[in-house]
Amino acid sequence: MPDLLIELFSEEIPARMQAKAADDLKSRVTNGLVEAGLTYAGAAAYATPRRLALRVDGLTERSPDVTEERKGPRTDAPEQAIEGFLRGAGVTRDQLIERDEKKVRVFYAVIEKPGRPAAEIVAEVLEDTIRNFPWPKSMRWGAGSLRWVRPLHRIICLLTREDGSEVVPLDVDGIVSGRITEGHRFMAPGAFDVTGFDDYEAKLKRAHVVLDAAERAEAIWQDATNQAFASGLEVVEDKGLLAEVAGLVEWPVVLMGQIGEDFLGLPPEVLQTSMKEHQKFFSVKNPKTGRIERFITVANRETADHGATILAGNQKVLSARLSDAKFFWENDLRVAKNKGLTAWTDSLSNVTFHNKLGSQRDRIERIAALARELAPMVGADADLAAQAARVAKADLASEMVYEFPELQGLMGRYYSDAAGLPPEVGAACQEHYSPLGPSDDVPSTPVSVAVALADKIDTLTGFWAIDEKPTGSKDPFALRRAALGVIRLVLENGLSLPLDQFIDLQLVRHKGHLIDEVSETDVDDLIREIAAHGVFGAAYRTLKAQRDGATDGLDAMNGAVPDKSVDLLSFFHDRLKVYLRDQGVRHDVIDACISMPGNDDLALLVKRAKALQTVLDTEDGENLVQGFKRANNILTQAEEKDGVEYSFGADPKFAEDPAEKALFDALAQAEAKIAPAMTEQDFSAAMAAMADLRGPVDAFFEAVQVNADSEVLRRNRLNLLSTIRSTCLQVADLTRIEG
Amino acid sequence: MDQTITKPRSFQEIILRLQSYWASKGCAVMQPYDMEVGAGTFHPATTLRSLGSKPWAAAYVQPSRRPTDGRYGENPNRLQHYYQYQVLIKPSPPDLQELYLGSLRAIGIDMALHDIRFVEDDWESPTLGAWGLGWEVWCDGMEVSQFTYFQQVGGHDCHPVSGELTYGLERLAMYVLGVDHVMDMPYNDPDAPIALSYGDVFRQTEQEYSRWNFDVADTDVLLRHFEEAEAECARILDQDADDPKTGKRIIMAHPAYDQCIKASHIFNLLDARGVISVTERQSYIGRVRALAKRCADAFVMTDAGGYAA
Repeated sequence: MPDLLIELFSEEIPARMQAKAADDLKSRVTNGLVEAGLTYAGAAAYATPRRLALRVDGLTERSPDVTEERKGPRTDAPEQAIEGFLRGAGVTRDQLIERDEKKVRVFYAVIEKPGRPAAEIVAEVLEDTIRNFPWPKSMRWGAGSLRWVRPLHRIICLLTREDGSEVVPLDVDGIVSGRITEGHRFMAPGAFDVTGFDDYEAKLKRAHVVLDAAERAEAIWQDATNQAFASGLEVVEDKGLLAEVAGLVEWPVVLMGQIGEDFLGLPPEVLQTSMKEHQKFFSVKNPKTGRIERFITVANRETADHGATILAGNQKVLSARLSDAKFFWENDLRVAKNKGLTAWTDSLSNVTFHNKLGSQRDRIERIAALARELAPMVGADADLAAQAARVAKADLASEMVYEFPELQGLMGRYYSDAAGLPPEVGAACQEHYSPLGPSDDVPSTPVSVAVALADKIDTLTGFWAIDEKPTGSKDPFALRRAALGVIRLVLENGLSLPLDQFIDLQLVRHKGHLIDEVSETDVDDLIREIAAHGVFGAAYRTLKAQRDGATDGLDAMNGAVPDKSVDLLSFFHDRLKVYLRDQGVRHDVIDACISMPGNDDLALLVKRAKALQTVLDTEDGENLVQGFKRANNILTQAEEKDGVEYSFGADPKFAEDPAEKALFDALAQAEAKIAPAMTEQDFSAAMAAMADLRGPVDAFFEAVQVNADSEVLRRNRLNLLSTIRSTCLQVADLTRIEG
Repeated sequence: MDQTITKPRSFQEIILRLQSYWASKGCAVMQPYDMEVGAGTFHPATTLRSLGSKPWAAAYVQPSRRPTDGRYGENPNRLQHYYQYQVLIKPSPPDLQELYLGSLRAIGIDMALHDIRFVEDDWESPTLGAWGLGWEVWCDGMEVSQFTYFQQVGGHDCHPVSGELTYGLERLAMYVLGVDHVMDMPYNDPDAPIALSYGDVFRQTEQEYSRWNFDVADTDVLLRHFEEAEAECARILDQDADDPKTGKRIIMAHPAYDQCIKASHIFNLLDARGVISVTERQSYIGRVRALAKRCADAFVMTDAGGYAA
């Protein structure tokens, strides 16, 4: 059983691509080997900046012999047809056998496919892998046409057995396979031979190359934390940076350096971002003060001066970078202190947010207006919420955020504090972008919540207003994320708010700008009336009735807003389904609850759904749904047939059967519990009371025939079913429950 | 393996060493192009010669102008006028990385003491319709060069592929010479009878151009020049390939490309004057790219562009 060693030696592979490339090499090669009939015991892939390597252990020597039968023409077929079959199958006449099939005799060709040696298969599979490798970006070089991530120089392809190793011959556009590789570019120049994986790995290490990225990362982390610890400091953990740095070196050497005294006053996030983005340095902080005092850089070599020159160089580059950052920070602070954050907000009128949706400044004004309206719903002071919204994006015009966009929000908080604004405003600057992802923290202070909601609802309504909804995998404006953000803000803060109203308000603001014939008065009137009546439709009708003529603008809005509003709410519902599905709530349960009134109050909707899901998880609940559906089906059929609605209420005096009487009692008892529970929006109690009906409903159907001969009895029973239906439909539309 | 190499002592010595190094490696040492450009890549010895099938090897210094980077000579690292050293070899030789490292040794960087790294950096020039893959080269954490394998120029696939090296000379020299402010860097030998610093040579011009670039350049005139260059480029390329006077086939790719360079630089000036909005920006870039593409189309129909009648 030979072992296979492959190495693809190239110029420097981008760090971010190495791990996936190693995985791809492993899966493509091993899948190819297996498809060709070989088996293996184990495989592992590796990557360094200059090489991808793969070991496959315990490979079979040959693929198995295979016998294949191919059906041919009938034995009495014309000679021409038989000749054609022989040619196609590549066999001679004497290799045919005959078989009886459904009264006819048919020729079969028996084709022997002998197994192939491993080397032949390996060569084919590797060449195919190299030529079709899934690099995110690949290139050509020199005069050739082969594509690789960067120029490919050498290929090792070696089968190793106990008695020695053989090179698997391979020539990919002039790159001939061999057993030669190279070590560290600077510390061990020159090429050497290898005989198998163990020899390869050991020789590489002697040539100052650590093959395994995990081993490099581990060594870096160990050494970094040790050095920091020795100075009473600690390294700020950053797994992404660690993986990247491990992909930039073959022989990691950790060096810790000083940050100039001048720069220690910069906010730690600024230091950290500048060092990481530009220099790929780790930050080292003082655990007592939380300040970042030193940096760690990882060099790719040892030197006679123990890294002194390298460290001095890196320190110099860092100083230049931090001088820039300090310059930005000081300029920004001066602006914030002397002119206030509104100076920046004003300058954002020159920055386009989207060519149809106006400038950043326009956007901020809309968000501030909505934040003011949302404030009472989330327990925030309206003036404070509006003030916070007005400065929350001011830092976009600051020099620091221009240089480091990822510091947006955070810098706003620093500058808000510097400008002497209330702490709630500063917090909103930082938190209003949140939550950004499904695991990101959700703001909980009321002012932050108001601004965060207003920001997201403004974005969603804006792009809805200009028909830029997400389609398929395309969501360039991250609208799904914005909708999930609203959902999480509402649910995790337990907010009960009518989303429709705020969608309508903001759609009116957007559409007011987009439609020419809509006047400012139209917009102002509509906003006032929506605030008073709750939704667009009522506002529109009120104004239409009030005004004599001159309703062109209103009518145009009526043609534009309601459809968008309905569509956006259903987008929220779709996102909510995804969100709740992850929490184990079934989609049909959510559908059953979305059909109920007040479905724009997401907290209420989720409360319903969770109550329903809980009941459905019990046997009583499940059976109740069956009972309900049975009642509903019989009733619906009867109503269709008779052309009437049996909703007059049933009379217990016509109840004949004890089970029928019991059902009357049970329904009365249930209703006595359900009504107060519904007033309290205690859906769990309401559902529990409904689930209690399961026994009586089952017993009723067991004992009683609804379609009785007596018309009086029949009508009374149908009316009784109607009571079951109306009782059970109070929390959710159970007709939508599947199964 | 590093031979002992003396440290250079001045900015010009570093340039001279690069010139003689690349000359010794077989490059034609060319002179700067006599037009205002934003980067060494714009020199026709790179842009046009990277097209077509004919082998090419050239190295040169190119003064480069980036009006928006002007800081009145006060910033230690930023200049509106600076020098790039540019090498272009087609097809890219298999040992281009080694050749490049040799050039660092030639200017006194001791590989045994420094940490040299090739860090992913893909290059794209939207105005030239060009892109390539490669790295920025780090020396002790500092970017000292760009290293690119051209894949496309002027919308044409590069066959064969050129290897391009660009050194930011001031930054590289400051590092090698251990200088913190560009204006303090020795321009000629510090022991020369008349020793000149970079500031002696360029501080005043940095001030003058910064003022002109940011505040004084007449934007109406510039806008008109842009239109004129654009029109002239098109007019040149619209001419018949056969010259009626000589009766020869003369496609005027280079004169047309001069107009493209001009338009590109005027766009940079307008940008520095702050008169180009975000949306207009894209459209100007697109217009320059359209010129670059037409020039590339024309060049590949010439002898130097590998056209065989």
